[in-house]
Formats: sequence, structure tokens, C-alpha cells
Amino acid sequence: MPFEALLATCLGYVVLMFGVAYAADRAAARGHVRWLDHPLIYTLSLSVYCSAWTFYGAVGYASRSGLEFLTIYLGPTLVFTGAWWGLRRLVRVARMHHVTSVADLISARFGKSNRLAAIVTLIAVIASTPYIALQLQSVRLSFEVFALNAPNGAGRDGLGGTGLWVAAGLAVFTILFGTRNLAADERHHGVVTAIALEAVVKLVAFVALGVFVIWGLADGPLDMLDRISRAGADPELAEGWLLKPDRWTALILVSAAAILTLPRMFQVLVVEAADEERLHVAGWAFPAYLFAMSFFVLPIAVMGRELLPASANPDLYVLTLPAAQGQNLLALLVFLGGFSAATSMVVVCAIAVATMVSNHWLVPVWLALRRIPAGDEADDLRGFVLNARRVAILAVMAAGWVYHEASGGTAALASMGLVAFTGMAQVLPAMLGGLMWRGANRKGAYCGIGAGLVLWMTMIFLPSVGVGGDLPVPAGMDPWTLAVLLSLVLNTLAFIGVSIFGFPDPVERLQGLSFVSAVEPIRHSRMMRGDDRAEPLLAMARRVWGADPALRYFQAEARAQGKSGYLPDLTPSFLTRLERRLAGSIGSATAHAMIDRVAGGVALTVADLLQVADEAQRAKEETQRLEAAQAELTRTARQLREANDKLTALSVQKDAFLSQISHELRTPMTSVRAFSEILKDPTLTEEERGRFAGIIHAEAARLTRLLDDLLDLSVLESGRAQMTVGVANLHDLITRALTAASATRPERGFLIDRDLPTEHLGVITDADRLLQVLINVITNARKYCDADHPVLTIRVRGREGGGAIIDVIDNGSGIDSGRQSLIFQKFARLNDPARAGGAGLGLAICREIMLTLGGGISYLPGQGGAAFRIVLPPRPPTRAGGAEPLSD
Amino acid sequence: MPDRPLFLERASFHRRRLGDAARVLPILAALLVLVPVWWIPSQVSYAGGAVWIFGLWAGLILAVRLLHRALLQAEAATARASETPEERRDAL
Repeated sequence: MPFEALLATCLGYVVLMFGVAYAADRAAARGHVRWLDHPLIYTLSLSVYCSAWTFYGAVGYASRSGLEFLTIYLGPTLVFTGAWWGLRRLVRVARMHHVTSVADLISARFGKSNRLAAIVTLIAVIASTPYIALQLQSVRLSFEVFALNAPNGAGRDGLGGTGLWVAAGLAVFTILFGTRNLAADERHHGVVTAIALEAVVKLVAFVALGVFVIWGLADGPLDMLDRISRAGADPELAEGWLLKPDRWTALILVSAAAILTLPRMFQVLVVEAADEERLHVAGWAFPAYLFAMSFFVLPIAVMGRELLPASANPDLYVLTLPAAQGQNLLALLVFLGGFSAATSMVVVCAIAVATMVSNHWLVPVWLALRRIPAGDEADDLRGFVLNARRVAILAVMAAGWVYHEASGGTAALASMGLVAFTGMAQVLPAMLGGLMWRGANRKGAYCGIGAGLVLWMTMIFLPSVGVGGDLPVPAGMDPWTLAVLLSLVLNTLAFIGVSIFGFPDPVERLQGLSFVSAVEPIRHSRMMRGDDRAEPLLAMARRVWGADPALRYFQAEARAQGKSGYLPDLTPSFLTRLERRLAGSIGSATAHAMIDRVAGGVALTVADLLQVADEAQRAKEETQRLEAAQAELTRTARQLREANDKLTALSVQKDAFLSQISHELRTPMTSVRAFSEILKDPTLTEEERGRFAGIIHAEAARLTRLLDDLLDLSVLESGRAQMTVGVANLHDLITRALTAASATRPERGFLIDRDLPTEHLGVITDADRLLQVLINVITNARKYCDADHPVLTIRVRGREGGGAIIDVIDNGSGIDSGRQSLIFQKFARLNDPARAGGAGLGLAICREIMLTLGGGISYLPGQGGAAFRIVLPPRPPTRAGGAEPLSD
Repeated sequence: MPDRPLFLERASFHRRRLGDAARVLPILAALLVLVPVWWIPSQVSYAGGAVWIFGLWAGLILAVRLLHRALLQAEAATARASETPEERRDAL
């Protein structure tokens, strides 16, 4: 393939990337972010993890060390299997605090300390520079492969400027799309979309090559497995391919750390994530991407070794293998894939590192040097921050290019990927500790990260660039593994040890609580400042965001508070929100410092923290008190409702009573009046006159009886009944009652069944009243018992502790269970009223009498007829105690 | 813990147990990835090792996918249950 064609394709591809990024940015600006926010785009953007080092280098790594290359992908896979509880939490906390980079996360957690962020930035810069150089080198090498193969190629000499051109082009792209605005959240839709597209190109290229190797060159997967076995049996390779458990473990650990801490990974994983929901898809889709990217690595390595000359560089098998087989289009596709891998890594890495450099190095220094007065109108911080980022991007690119030019050789660079991984892994203990342990403090983080930095520099970084010698290691131990484990263990120990013995300052403790519990930071009333400061705050926000966005934000906040205009009250919650939004642009430490300077900082003290706790406690107690009051209210309401129901029922009862009483009075009155009319007739015979007068007399007597009963009932019910308490023998009372009742329906011959010896029981009670009850019950039995041979059974027994129980049972059909509860009510007549002839007050009166006597009367079901039980207490209650119904 | 309910209804209980599964999965995965290499490194270094690790990997991807789907459904179910108390009582 002509070299010019390659160059043209490459340029076309670059133009496409610019176009995609531009279109996505425009769509985002118009608010069309739905498809830009798709979890798939997010997942694909994570593939920036697969840089050129893995795209080309994995095959080289596999041909040297066999399956060990998989560790680089297995570490992230393990982290993503824990996406549900691990990564989601990280993303949620980071979004809550508008974190802009891994350094900012550490700084925000440990009391918004900028110095700590500056140290993390230092590690990131040291680790990233050679890593970027490695990408530039991979692009240059891949160009060389084509140039040397091409008939009219420019040759190796003409390619010296490749690195520079690539670096410059990428710097332009990054500056164009990475520093367009200084939004409150550092998201770059254009860049992310372009990277997602590059991820697809990478994947398609690599899978296409893999399919070509397995089904085009080899004879399917089984044949491929066979070839791998044969390669593994080759003594030349077997030694290198044999997995070393310690190295395997350390590599997985480091790559798992890298997915969380590498600046570019943190950028796409956390900063560019709109929310944690997208991890539901990314949790399995990203491991699947890694799976697809690594599945064909070993086959390509084995096939390359079989088909290519021994002098060929295994790191470039990916390109040289299809080229040697005459598959020029496939080679071009692979070239574009590698180019994508390199460029996407460089762009994101540059954005991430430049954000750190500008937020944690340049801006704080500039602010410290300028000592800007609060209301300085002419001061444009936004412009400065954006320019600082641009300068930082240029510096990062330039450093990568210089490093690339200076190092020159391939061997030194090849290991830089792992060196970068181990460097950033030093941040992991402080990061995880900060997210999971409230006791972690800033001094611990300083010591841990500091120790890690020093050990990494001396044991890993400097040896890798040829300064200083290797460590003296015990035999059989891999020096790299030892260095990694030693640095991470000492780092963690220093972090934990110093944290245990330290005492964090109040801001740190507030932040610690917010990070560990994943809750909004607690606001404190001391943060409240005078309202006259809102204007300088607006001026400050304008300097960071520009005039319109700042005005819009302040207006929205003021409206949320119910105020018109642009100046909200400086409530603690508003200040906290403003600070976090500012932190999204310039980092938490700087935002904190600026708000403090403009709004008049009040240093929090331990006492304030305790007060926060007190306030929280008071709020909790208040809530509990309210809940208790609420429960009390509910209870009262229920009682009231019950009382109301009772009153309603009573009112209904009273109405019914009145209507019944009217009815009962009216019937005899009607006949009295009618017969009086008839008596006026002079033609009546004496006999007739006498009969009618008799009827009138009987009806009047009935009326009197009814009124007596009513009076009696009313006296009993009101509790004003007089009792004449004395000793009485139940046998005598029952005998008297039977005698009195025998007048009722005397034609019925009742068999009376009594148990005479038990009846001789003395009771203390009002004998007349008790007799009244007994007569009533026995009379009822005589009236209503419908048996052919009626039998009345009376049983008496003494109660434990005094008193007595009298059961009066007949052998009639009894009372339906449904109506048993009705019989003690006033005017309750179950049978035909005409037949009974009473008003239905008898049992009601009995009940009232028994209550007054301190006993009770109840219907006994299941006795083979109507059965009543009369319960007598040992003695009647004294008047003050009130009557309490008794039952057995 | 006076603020937390002592017992949960079915939907929340199910979701919590799935959450436990999500916590155990990475540990299990790490053990499956690490132990064979410490135990029998010579048998997992070549073609057999490739089959083992890619099979395990595919299984993990599938497991995470199924787990996440189940968790999402369980969360939706919990949300529904807490919206309508009657339904929650039915689920008891």
C-alpha cells in the first residue's frame, strides 16, 4: 500500500474524529444528550483503558510471558464484578462532591487540602509522561511498518517527525474539545463520543484480525488450541510462559488499582459519568469488551511466532502478520485500531492530567500570588483557568514528546505501562480508606502517599529509566513483585498507622462523614454569613463560570428560596451547593478557599462539630417527639371516634325508646278512650257497661304498671335505687317466687325440679329486689315455655369466696343465639307481643337490679331450653364504689 | 438500632440477599482467578489454562449480567411495594 494512501486514510480518520467530536458537542449544547448519555457510550469510553500498550503490546507480552498478559484485563474485570456496591458508591460520592479528578477526590475527602492534591498530581505527571511517550512511539512504529514495506516509502529517516506531528495534532484536538468551557461538571461530550467511536474501531480491528488468524491462517479453534499447546511445549517458551503465582497476584492487584486510580480511567469512569446508573450496564459490558480484546491475543502471538521471522518484533505482530500475508486492508484496519488506541489514551490522559495540573498547581499558585481583592471586577478567573488547562495540555504533550525523543529505544518504554500502573496504585490505599473509613485522616494520607511515592520512585520508576540498580532480592523472588508489594504494604501501613494516632480537623471530619456514608455534607449554622455578601459571591462565580451561567444559577437559587432577583440568602445549604459547584470547575480546595475569602471565612472548630452532632441529635429527638405526639393524637382521635359512635348509638336508642314508649302508652290509652266513648251511650245494658268499665280499669292498671316499671327502671339506671341489705335464705326466696309466679298461666302444670339441700344458702343482699328478679325470671319461663310437659329446673350453688349462683332452666325451645343479646334490652319482646301481654321491660329491670346488687344476670346457652343465670356477690357494693357486673 | 426495622418484607429481603450476592461475587471471582495459579501453576500456564480462564471469564460476565438484572428488578419491586402499602401486606 502506498505510504501516501496510508497518510491520507489516517488524516481522513482524524478529520472524522474532529467531526464526530464537534457534532456531539453541538448536540450536547442544544440539550440533545439522551443518546450521548447512553450507558453503551459510557461503556465504550471506558475502553480508553486499552491503550496502544495493550493493543500492540499485549501480543508481545503474550509471546514472551504467555497467559500472564491476561492479568492486565483480569484486574479490572474483578473490580467491575463489584460494580454494584463498589463503583456505584465511588461514582455517587464523586458526583455528589463534583470531583474533577482523582487528586481532587483525595483532596476533598481529606479536608479540601490542596497540598495533598498537588502531591497526587505530581505522581500522575511522573507516571503519565512516559506513558504518553509510549503511545507516541507506538504510532511512530506502526507508521514505520508501513513505510518500510511500501515500495516508495519515505524510509525510517523521514519519520523522525511523526511523534511531533501526532503530539501536536492531539494537543489541538484536546484543547479544542477538552477546554471549550468551564462547566460546573467537567464533562466533555465531544471527546467521550469520539472515544466511543474509536473504541468500536479498536474492537472491530482486533476481532477482525483474530478471526483472520483463527479461521484464515489456522484451522479453527481446536487447531489453534493445538498450536498453543505446541508452543507451550517449546522449551524456549515454556520457561517464560510458566505462570509465577506471586507475580500473577501482584499484577492483578496493580491492574485492579489502575482502573480506579489512573487519571484517564478516573476521568471516564467517574468524572464523565452523569450518574451511577450506567454502571448497571458497564458492570458486565466492560468486562465483555476486555474479554473480546484479549481473546485473540494468544492466537495472534502464537501464529506470529510460527509465520514471521525470528527477528520480527513481537510487539508489532498485530501489524506485520496481516501485512506479511498480503492482507493490506486488514493491516490498514489494524493500523487505525492501534492509532485509535494511542490517540484516545493520549487525549483523555492529557485532559485529566491537565485538569489536575491547572486546578492543583497553577490556579492556587496564581491566586496566592495575586491576592485578589474580593470585588475585583476586571479579574477573569475563567479565562485564566481555561488558559492554564491549555498550557497544561501543551506541557503534558510536550513532555511526552520530549521523553519519547530522549529515550529513543523501545525497550525502555515498553515497561512504562506497568510503571505508570504501579505509580498510580500508590493512591489507592488513601482513596479506598477515605471512602470506607471515617478515621482516615489527612496526615495518614500524606504519609501513605508520600511513602508510596518515594518507594515507587526508588524501586520501580528510577530503575525503569536506567537510574540506580536493581534491588537486592531474595532468590526465587521477582524483583518487580517485591517492589510492588513492599511499596503498597508500607504505604498502607503508614496511612493506617498515622491515621490511628492522628486527630482530623473539623472540615475533614465533616467530609469524612459525607464520603463514608455517601450522604450530602452536613451544613452548619456557623457557615451562615451576612446577606450583604451575596453580591461579591455572584461576582466571584461570574469570574469562574462567565456572566450568564453565574446569573442563571444565582437566580435559580434565589427562586428556590422564594426570593425574586438574583441574590439568594446565604443559607448554609446554598453556600455548600455553591462551593460544590465551584469545585466542579476549579477543584474543591480552591473553591473552598475562594468562598472563604469572599464570604468571610469562619474556621470550624471541634466545638462546632459537636454542635452539628447536637443539632442532628436534637433534630432526631424532635422527630421522635413529633412521632410520639402524632401517635398520641391518633389514639385520642380513636377514643373520640369511639365515644362519638357510642353517643350516636345512645341517641338512636333513646329515639327508639321514646317511640316505643309512646307506642306502649298509646295502645291502652286508645282502648280506654274508645270504651269511654261507648260508655257514654245511654242505651247500653248494665251488664255491658260493667264489662266495658272492667276493660277500662284493666287497661288503666296496665298503664300504671307500665309507668311503674319505667319509673323503677329509671331509678335503677340512674343509680338512685335504695337498697335494704339484709341476710336472706335463698330457699325461702325461691319458694316465695314460685308461689308468686304460679298465678301466671295457672292452667299450665309445671313440674318444678329443685335441689332442696343446696338451696339453704344464706346471702347478704336486698331480698325484695332479688325476689323481684326471681319472680320475673320464673314468670317468663311460665309464659314462654312451649314444651308439652313443661319442667322448670332451679339449681343453686355457692360461689368461692361467698355469693351464689342461681340457674333457672326450662325445657322449652329456648332463644335463638342471634337474639340472646337482645332480651335484656328495653321493650325487647321476642314472641308475639299480644300473647305475652307485657311491655318487655321485665328482663331490662332484672339486669339493672342485678347490676345494682353487684351481681349479674345472663342467658346460658345450650341448656336444652331457656336458661338464666343469676350471679350474686358476697355482699352488695357500697354506693361509692359503683356497681361492677359480676359473672362466674 | 431503633431506626431500622428488625424484619423486612419479602421484596426488601430479596433485594438485600441479592446485594449480599453482589458483595460475595468479586471475592469468589478473585479466589477462582488466583487459587489455581498458586496451586497448580504448571497446569494452568498453557492451552488448558487459556480454556480455564476464558471459560471462567465468560461465566463471570454472564453472572454479573444476570445479577444486575435481578437487582434492578428487585429494586423496582421494592419501590412498588413501598408505594402501595396494601400490596406490601399481600406480599408478606
